[in-house]
Amino acid sequence: MASVFEYAPAPESRSVVDIAPSYGLFIDGEFTDAADGRVFKSISPSTEEVLSEVAQAGEADVDRAVKAARKAFEKWSALPGSERAKYLFRIARIIQERSRELAVLETLDNGKPIKETRDADLPLVAAHFFYYAGWADKLEHAGFGASPRPLGVAGQVIPWNFPLLMLAWKIAPALATGNTVVLKPAETTPLSALFFADICRQAGLPKGVVNILPGYGDAGAALVGHEDVNKVAFTGSTAVGKEIARTVAGTRKKLTLELGGKGANIVFDDAPIDQAVEGIVTGIFFNQGQVCCAGSRLLVQESIRDELLDSLKRRLSTLRLGDPLDKNTDIGAINSAEQLARITALTEQGEAEGAERWSPACELPSSGYWFAPTLFTNVTQAHTIARDEIFGPVLSVLTFRTPDEAVAKANNSQYGLSAGIWTEKGSRILAVANKLRAGVVWSNTFNKFDPTSPFGGYKESGFGREGGRHGLEAYLAPSSPEGER
Amino acid sequence: MSTVDARLSVFKTYKLYVGGKFPRSESGRVYEVTDSKSKWLANAPLASRKDARDAVVAARKAFGPWSGATAYNRGQILYRVAEMLEGRKEQFVREVAEAEGLSKSKAAAQVDAAIDRWVWYAGWTDKIAQVVGGGNPVAGPFFNLSTPEPTGVVTVIAPQESSFLGLVSVVAPVIATGNTAIVVASEKSPLPALSLGEVLATSDLPGGVVNVLSGRTAEIATPLAAHQDVNAIDLAGADDVLAKELEIAAADNLKRVLRPQPVDYAETPGIERMTAFLETKTVWHPTGSLGASGSSY
Amino acid sequence: MPTTAPAAHALGDVTASDSTLRRFLHGLPGVDAVGLEARAASLGTRSIKTTAKAYAIDLAISMVDLTTLEGADTPGKVRALGVKAVHPDPTDRTTPTTAAVCVYPDMVAAAKEAVAGSGVKVASVATAFPAGRAALDVKLADVRDAVSAGADEVDMVIDRGAFLAGNYMKVYDEIVAVREALGSSARLKVIFETGELSTYDNIRRASWLGMLAGADFIKTSTGKVAVNATPANTLLMLEAVRDFRAQTGVQVGVKPAGGIRTSKDAIKFLVLVNETAGEDWLDNHWFRFGASSLLNDLLMQRQKLATGRYSGPDYVTVD
Repeated sequence: MASVFEYAPAPESRSVVDIAPSYGLFIDGEFTDAADGRVFKSISPSTEEVLSEVAQAGEADVDRAVKAARKAFEKWSALPGSERAKYLFRIARIIQERSRELAVLETLDNGKPIKETRDADLPLVAAHFFYYAGWADKLEHAGFGASPRPLGVAGQVIPWNFPLLMLAWKIAPALATGNTVVLKPAETTPLSALFFADICRQAGLPKGVVNILPGYGDAGAALVGHEDVNKVAFTGSTAVGKEIARTVAGTRKKLTLELGGKGANIVFDDAPIDQAVEGIVTGIFFNQGQVCCAGSRLLVQESIRDELLDSLKRRLSTLRLGDPLDKNTDIGAINSAEQLARITALTEQGEAEGAERWSPACELPSSGYWFAPTLFTNVTQAHTIARDEIFGPVLSVLTFRTPDEAVAKANNSQYGLSAGIWTEKGSRILAVANKLRAGVVWSNTFNKFDPTSPFGGYKESGFGREGGRHGLEAYLAPSSPEGER
Repeated sequence: MSTVDARLSVFKTYKLYVGGKFPRSESGRVYEVTDSKSKWLANAPLASRKDARDAVVAARKAFGPWSGATAYNRGQILYRVAEMLEGRKEQFVREVAEAEGLSKSKAAAQVDAAIDRWVWYAGWTDKIAQVVGGGNPVAGPFFNLSTPEPTGVVTVIAPQESSFLGLVSVVAPVIATGNTAIVVASEKSPLPALSLGEVLATSDLPGGVVNVLSGRTAEIATPLAAHQDVNAIDLAGADDVLAKELEIAAADNLKRVLRPQPVDYAETPGIERMTAFLETKTVWHPTGSLGASGSSY
Repeated sequence: MPTTAPAAHALGDVTASDSTLRRFLHGLPGVDAVGLEARAASLGTRSIKTTAKAYAIDLAISMVDLTTLEGADTPGKVRALGVKAVHPDPTDRTTPTTAAVCVYPDMVAAAKEAVAGSGVKVASVATAFPAGRAALDVKLADVRDAVSAGADEVDMVIDRGAFLAGNYMKVYDEIVAVREALGSSARLKVIFETGELSTYDNIRRASWLGMLAGADFIKTSTGKVAVNATPANTLLMLEAVRDFRAQTGVQVGVKPAGGIRTSKDAIKFLVLVNETAGEDWLDNHWFRFGASSLLNDLLMQRQKLATGRYSGPDYVTVD
């Protein structure tokens, strides 16, 4: 687009981060090769450049890491909470100190814009550790009994969409409550977790308390299935979540799952329109829509459909897609070729099923994985793109006539993670929020997160909550048999 | 007096309790229920998978109104259950004594404790949200409130041994918070559960909030664990093998699962049986700007 | 009082009566304060570098209404300001002129003389600026005074009291009357004093009211109250002019005034213009900065871009 006010490139400097050519697994405080010597490459999705070669964990490595975590558990869980707290505060501070470096690293490995890693991911990561640090010596006040106990070794498997933030959501509460951790980052985004391992060393965290195992699904399955793991926490797809639920069936392992979603963003005719448009954009284009709580279904009141769509299209035309390291980039790269193929297939299906597709004029870079912001109109509840999670920058637009219909359509989903409500009428917000079957409801805003605020789903979006006091529950056993509570 | 002794007593026909009604099993089958010394007590309905299906429909239909009722109202109704039970205590003492082979006084203690448990949970209905919910001090111009909400339709595999106190201890927490329940009664000792249905029907509890099925636990529980319109399952009365099978089936739609665990039902419960079937919903509302940059409204 | 619709546009009928105007203004979509401010802050993170910065600085200089509105203003002070407007940087004649100088009505003649032949406009505040607490006749006399002295533009204040009392028609009629008093040549800027309107909903209503009444520009503030132009209230007004043009075909300009002191701030406002109203407004015919100290900061930044070293206040003129 030839504009009179063309923003010159404003790239964030890559030199703040030093990526080694290879990384090992992080077990018992040491970086180490995989038992079978396997490695895999982590690439930058915006350029397909190889960033580093990373050891690939297998079953033997999982066993070694769980043993290390088990060994560390004894001392770690026996530490006074106030000491555990200080380790976590140290980690939070080091993350703040190194946040520019980590933001650039995350942008390189994940493909999301530096604007987001700098202004959202990293501040939230540091805040999460800071928040849970403070809980470590106050657990008796958390409402889980007079002296709640840690569970033991937590096996944690996290996704690629917010690599470091999901790590923080898993590790911070686990450590605060006295558990030790074996964490498997996603195979497309292992690097920030390995940098986190280094941060653990800088913080002087005892060996074996945190173990990081880069790898694929087989390593995740081995971790989840390991008999000496006491707690399984997973964030990822609903299909894998179900498989994990089956795996842990019949065991004593405590399970929390944070899975997919198909969030409804409901815009009523009395909405603050300009802010609603921003909320819709944030809802589906934040992190290229690769967000489990994305507002991927726009439910707009039929009486303002055309007006809203005009505003939305005009706004989408101002989105800046391109180099994720450029500080002015709004839309970065899709995380992997595989994810791009999935988005492409689902959007093609949307067209084949008769929905109307629209994207702003938008030039895509020639290398890397890219997908233009996309709207589908004339979508009904029967369309695949209204039901299946696309996990990409694709918005399905549906209409409704009455609040009852809006609620019914919003709830008509196997998922129940997030929803949005846009109206200036206070009582309508409260009434609709009350009826929505979703774990997080944003009224007149969207995609807001905070470490004090519990997050998690209804229905097939999973169970358990991360964040806030509620987030402690997943890592604690009641202090005494049920009868004495 | 011999004339009285000679009177033939009237047997009770035990029926299922589904959607506020007392149907026989749609299969037409019954099975013999005996006391601890194998003496025949009654024929109980042998519920089928279709009865389970009907119970899910009834429970789903009841969920909206029951979860939407005020917590105060639910508390009143649970207390009403205790009142009704108090009046029929003798019947339950007899049934529990026969079912569990207890002396009359020990059975009476069980029934007393069960009545008191209803009272305990009646008081919880309008307090649990204050204990497990609350405001979150988020770092931004937002008011952020987390509240517990009932999970939905819950299948409850009632304890096999504690036919009444155990039963009440697993059913009351489920419905206190606004869930609706499908209760699979103790296979061997279903009669107190079926009689409880009669009490519930006269306690202002809306039909469908609690549905009681008797029969073979595995036969009824298996389709319920797999049912896509059931949101959660309490495996209290399932043995290890069945519990694992049910948990695997429950994964198909990610039911919330409460695994069987040793419980002393005589003790005052904690809140875990309630929180196991609660979802936390967090709602964000903008407030106003934090800074002094112009208008805040 | 006779009311004539200034623009024969699609919305002409909403000003037919007090009640239609009121219904229209109260029917405008609400503004969520947190969302509006978040959007303004988010656009404020745009990183404008090198060539884009050079373009933005020159554009910003060309949009300045170089302002002096003091009780102590003298012809000498105003002349100095006029010269500065014509030659902002005496060491670099490629520097654009400012858009206008902005003065009180009795200083218009002096200003006119100082900028003669340069293309720099003379804007005059009027209508009992800044409070606007005077009879309509007095206000109109003030306007006529400015115009007859040669003002190219008049910056009027609305009657905030009438607005806050819900007497929208009175506000409307006054603007229309001023518009008529201006004659055909001068352009009208309507100042809302957003800090006194207090809510974003009011600012949106005032924006539409002003545009319906025939404003050529809508302007945030007088610079005389605690809160003047902010990114958020300017963003809101930019949305209003964008939407007004979409509905009526009539383009209206925006002028944030007061509180914009640095180049960095000015560039943030230009980003707001670019990404909200669009590039049609990136011209001093449609966007202005009401400012005084801003100009020197823009000039120092301009020198920095040209020479590569940071400038200092001794290298720009004090007027």
